[in-house]
Amino acid sequence: MTDIIVIGAGVTGCAVARELARYDLSVTVLERASDVCEGTSKANSGIAHAGFDAVPGTLKAKLNVAGSKMMEDLSKELDFPFKRNGSLVLCFDEGDRHKLKRLLEQGQKNGVEGLRIIEKEELKELEPNISDDAVAALFAPTGGIVCPFGLTIALAENAAVNGVMFRLNTEVQEIQKIPEGYRVITNQGTFDSRVIVNAAGVYADRFHNMVSGQKIKIIPRKGEYCLMDKKVGSWVTRTIFQLPTKYGKGVLVTPTVHGNLLAGPTAVDIEDYEGVNTTGEGMSDLMKRAALSVEGLPTGQVITSFAGLRAHGVTEKEDFILGPVEDAPGFFDAAGIESPGLTCAPALGKYVAEMVLEYLPAEEKKNFIAVRKGIPSMALADPEERQRLIKENPLYADVVCRCEMVTEGEIVDAIRRPLGATTLDGVKRRTRAGMGRCQAGFCSPRTVEILARELGRDMAVIGKNDKGSEFLTE
Amino acid sequence: MKKELVIIGGGPAGLAAAIAARENGVEDLVIIERDGRLGGILNQCIHNGFGLHTFKEELTGPEYAARYIDRVLELGIPYKLNTMVVDLTQMSGLVQQDAADSVVSEERVKAADNAASGVHDVRKLVTVMNREEGLYTIEARAVILAMGCRERSRGALNIPGYRPAGIYSAGTAQRYVNMEGRMPGREVVILGSGDIGLIMARRMTLEGAKVKLVAELMPYSGGLKRNIVQCLDDFGIPLKLEHTVVDIKGKKRVEAVVIARVDEHSRPIPGTEEEIKCDTLLLSCGLIPENELSETLGVEMNSATKGPKVNESLETDKEGVFACGNVLHVHDLVDYVSEEALQAGKCAAAYLQGRHSAETVGKQIPIRAVNGVRYTVPASLNIDRMEASQVVRFRVGNVYRDAAVEVSFNGKAVSSRKKKVLAPGEMEQVILKKQDLQQFEGLEEITVSIRQA
Repeated sequence: MTDIIVIGAGVTGCAVARELARYDLSVTVLERASDVCEGTSKANSGIAHAGFDAVPGTLKAKLNVAGSKMMEDLSKELDFPFKRNGSLVLCFDEGDRHKLKRLLEQGQKNGVEGLRIIEKEELKELEPNISDDAVAALFAPTGGIVCPFGLTIALAENAAVNGVMFRLNTEVQEIQKIPEGYRVITNQGTFDSRVIVNAAGVYADRFHNMVSGQKIKIIPRKGEYCLMDKKVGSWVTRTIFQLPTKYGKGVLVTPTVHGNLLAGPTAVDIEDYEGVNTTGEGMSDLMKRAALSVEGLPTGQVITSFAGLRAHGVTEKEDFILGPVEDAPGFFDAAGIESPGLTCAPALGKYVAEMVLEYLPAEEKKNFIAVRKGIPSMALADPEERQRLIKENPLYADVVCRCEMVTEGEIVDAIRRPLGATTLDGVKRRTRAGMGRCQAGFCSPRTVEILARELGRDMAVIGKNDKGSEFLTE
Repeated sequence: MKKELVIIGGGPAGLAAAIAARENGVEDLVIIERDGRLGGILNQCIHNGFGLHTFKEELTGPEYAARYIDRVLELGIPYKLNTMVVDLTQMSGLVQQDAADSVVSEERVKAADNAASGVHDVRKLVTVMNREEGLYTIEARAVILAMGCRERSRGALNIPGYRPAGIYSAGTAQRYVNMEGRMPGREVVILGSGDIGLIMARRMTLEGAKVKLVAELMPYSGGLKRNIVQCLDDFGIPLKLEHTVVDIKGKKRVEAVVIARVDEHSRPIPGTEEEIKCDTLLLSCGLIPENELSETLGVEMNSATKGPKVNESLETDKEGVFACGNVLHVHDLVDYVSEEALQAGKCAAAYLQGRHSAETVGKQIPIRAVNGVRYTVPASLNIDRMEASQVVRFRVGNVYRDAAVEVSFNGKAVSSRKKKVLAPGEMEQVILKKQDLQQFEGLEEITVSIRQA
C-alpha cells in the first residue's frame, strides 16, 4: 500500500509528484510510456504564457500567473532552459483594437505585470521582421519560453531523487475502490494506494469515470507545428501571437528556448487519442497563417514538423478539471490540462499537493533536495567550461550529434542519470542529439550503439520510444 | 599550434587535396577527420563502380579510399581522427610586420601596399576537439574545406503522417547494413531516386528485404542511368516517376505509406492515392553540402549549389580558404571529387608559396550559368592565374534530349558540343583553354548554356 499514486508522468504528474516528494509520503508515478514526457508535454508550443489569455477568476488564470512567476526561480533550482523573452499579440485591423484592449484589461485583472498596448512604430522597432499589416499589439514583457522536455524531466528526476518511485511501461487498466483507498490494476501488476492523482492527459476522463458517477469528457484537440532551422531562429525575438484573423484562431511564431523558430499550432478536435500524425493541410494552413505575423516567414527552413494533442476538458467554465472528485474520496483530478498547462505546472503541482495534504496530512521531509543539476551542454559551454568538462571526462570531446554538437559524454550522462534515457527519443529530449537540421541522419546509429552498450542490451532491442518502435529488424 | 594548411575532412576530397598539397611542396599540413577512420562516406559504399575514370578499374568504395589513404600514409601526411572542428574564424585586424614574419610569407608582406604598418591578416583559427588532446586552436595560413554533404531529412521534405521508427535516410540505412551488419527493415519503400537510394534498393534486396518500389517526385530520376539499370531494372523493382509519399502510417513502427501521383507543380493529385504496406521508408531526396563551418567563417555562398562560391583556384571569397568535393557542390562520381580536390590542393600550395596572391594577377571574369544550366564551378576565373586548361563543372535543371552545351564569350558562341541526353542526375563539364581566352579581346563574361535543337 502506497500513500499516493500519480497516473501519468507528463509535466502535470511530475510537478505534483515533485511537490509531494517534499513530504513524508510514499509516492508512485505510473506511466504507460517508456519514458516521462511522452504525451502532450513533449509536443506543444513551449511557451510560458504571461497570463492575459485566461478568463479572470478561473484556475487557468490563477495558476498561469502564479506559474509564470515561479518559472524563473524553478529554472535555476532545477536547471532547465527558460527565458523571459516577452510576447506580443498582433492586431491587424483598426476595427479590432477593442479586442486588444479587452485582453489588456483581462490580463491586468489576472495580475499580469507590465502589459501595455504599443503602436506600429514601436512594434517595428522591437521586431523589425513583424508584418507591415500589424497596426498595434499588446506587449507582455513577462511572457517567456521554456523547454517542455527540460521542465518535465527536471521535475521527474528531482522527484525520483527525493524518493518518488517511477514505474514506466505501466499502463493502468482498471481502478477499483477498496476500503483503504484504491486498487490500481495495470499490465505490470496491482498497486494499492490511499490517494490517486489523475494526471493522465487525454486519457484522464477514462480513469475519472472508473471511480465517479459524475462523468467527465476529454477531447483530444490536435495542434500541428513546423519547426525551423536555427539559422532563422531570431527572425523574431519575442513570441508573436495574433488576434483571431480571417483564417480563424491565430497561430504563433516564436523563437524556441533552444534557438529554433517555431510556428503553430492548428486546432482540430479528433477522435483518436493517439492521433499525433501531421497532415498536409494542417502544415500548409499553419504556415499560411503564421506568415501573416512576420514578413518573409522562412518556410523553406523547416527541419521537422510534429503534432500534439491538447487534453481539452468539456466544462461549462472552460477551465481545468482540478481537485477532489466529490463521490470518490481520495481521488484527485488534474485533468483537462490544456494551454496554459505547461506554464501552470509549477503552481499546479503545489495546488494539487496542498489538496492532497489536506486529505492525507504529512510532515515535511528534512532531507528534501530541492536543487538538481542538468546535463552540461558542450554546445552552450564557453571555451574554459569546455576544457574543464573534457578534462573531467574525455567523452565530452567526442561529438556524436554534429548539428547540435552533442557529445558522447552528454549521451552517457543522459543514460546513467536517475530516470535515465533508455530510448533514442529519451536521449534526444535530454541532450538534443538528433534535434538539429539533419534530424538524426548521422547520429542515430551511434546513439543506438551507445544506448545498447550502456544498457547492456543488443542494438536490435533499442527503440525510438515504446516497445514496437525498434530500429533494426535483426 | 600553427600550421601552414589545415584540411577539414578526411573523405575522398580531403585525402586528394592533402596529397596534391604535399606533392606540390606543402610540408606543414594536417587533415582533421571527425570519424574514427579516413575515407569518409566511401567506407560504407561497399558496392563497386568507383574509380572507372581515375584508375580504369571497378573498385569498391573502401578500395577506392584505400588508394588515397595509402598515398597519404606514404607521404607521411599527418591526420587527426575522431576530431571535430568546432569553430572556424579569421583573425581580425592587421599583423605588424615584425610579428608577422613567421606566419605571413615574405613575398606577401612585400606585396602589401603598406608594408611599413603591416598587412591584412589572413590567418584562420581552426578550433578542434578530441578525447586525447581536448580543445585547442590551430592557427592556419590556408584552409581547405572538404566536409562533404548530408542527406535531406523527412522533416525538410514536409512529408505528413506519423513519426514512427522505420524512416531512414538511405545513407543511414546503408551504414546500418554495411557497417553494423544490421537490417533496418524487411519491406521497403524508397522515396527519391538519388544514387544512394538506388544503391540501397539493390543492397536491401540482396540482404533479403523486399523493396516494393521507388517513388520519384520528378518526371526523371535524380540518379545515374547505370544505377537505374543495375539496381532497379535488374531486380524488377518498379520506379514510379511523378509520385510522392503523402502519408506515413504506423504509430510505433512504419506500417504503410500512401503514395500519390503528382501534377506538373509537384502537387499530389487527389484520387491517385495508393497504400503500400511496408515497415521501412528510405529517403533519397537530395544531398545538402555541410557548410556550417564555411558560414561561421562568413564565406560567400552560391544559392544554387548550397556551397561556397569559388574562382578558378577553387578559392572562396575568403583569401586562403579553398573548397572541394561535395561541400562545394554535390558530385555524381567520386572520381570527379578526387580530380577537383587535387586541384584545390595544388592551388592551396601555390597560394602558400606566394605564387598566387591577389596582388599579382589581373581581373576576375564571371562565368554565368544560363538557359538550363543551374550553376557552374568555378563561378569565375582569372586568365593570368589559370592553368593551360580549366574544367568547368555544372548540372542542368531538366532532362534535355539532342541538345548542345554552348560556351559563349561576351555573348558570342565560341563552342558547342552535342549531347544525346543531359539529365540533372549527371554532372557535366566543359573545358576552357587558356589560349582561347587570351586570344579573345576584351573578354568580360563567359556563359555556359543549353541550346535545344
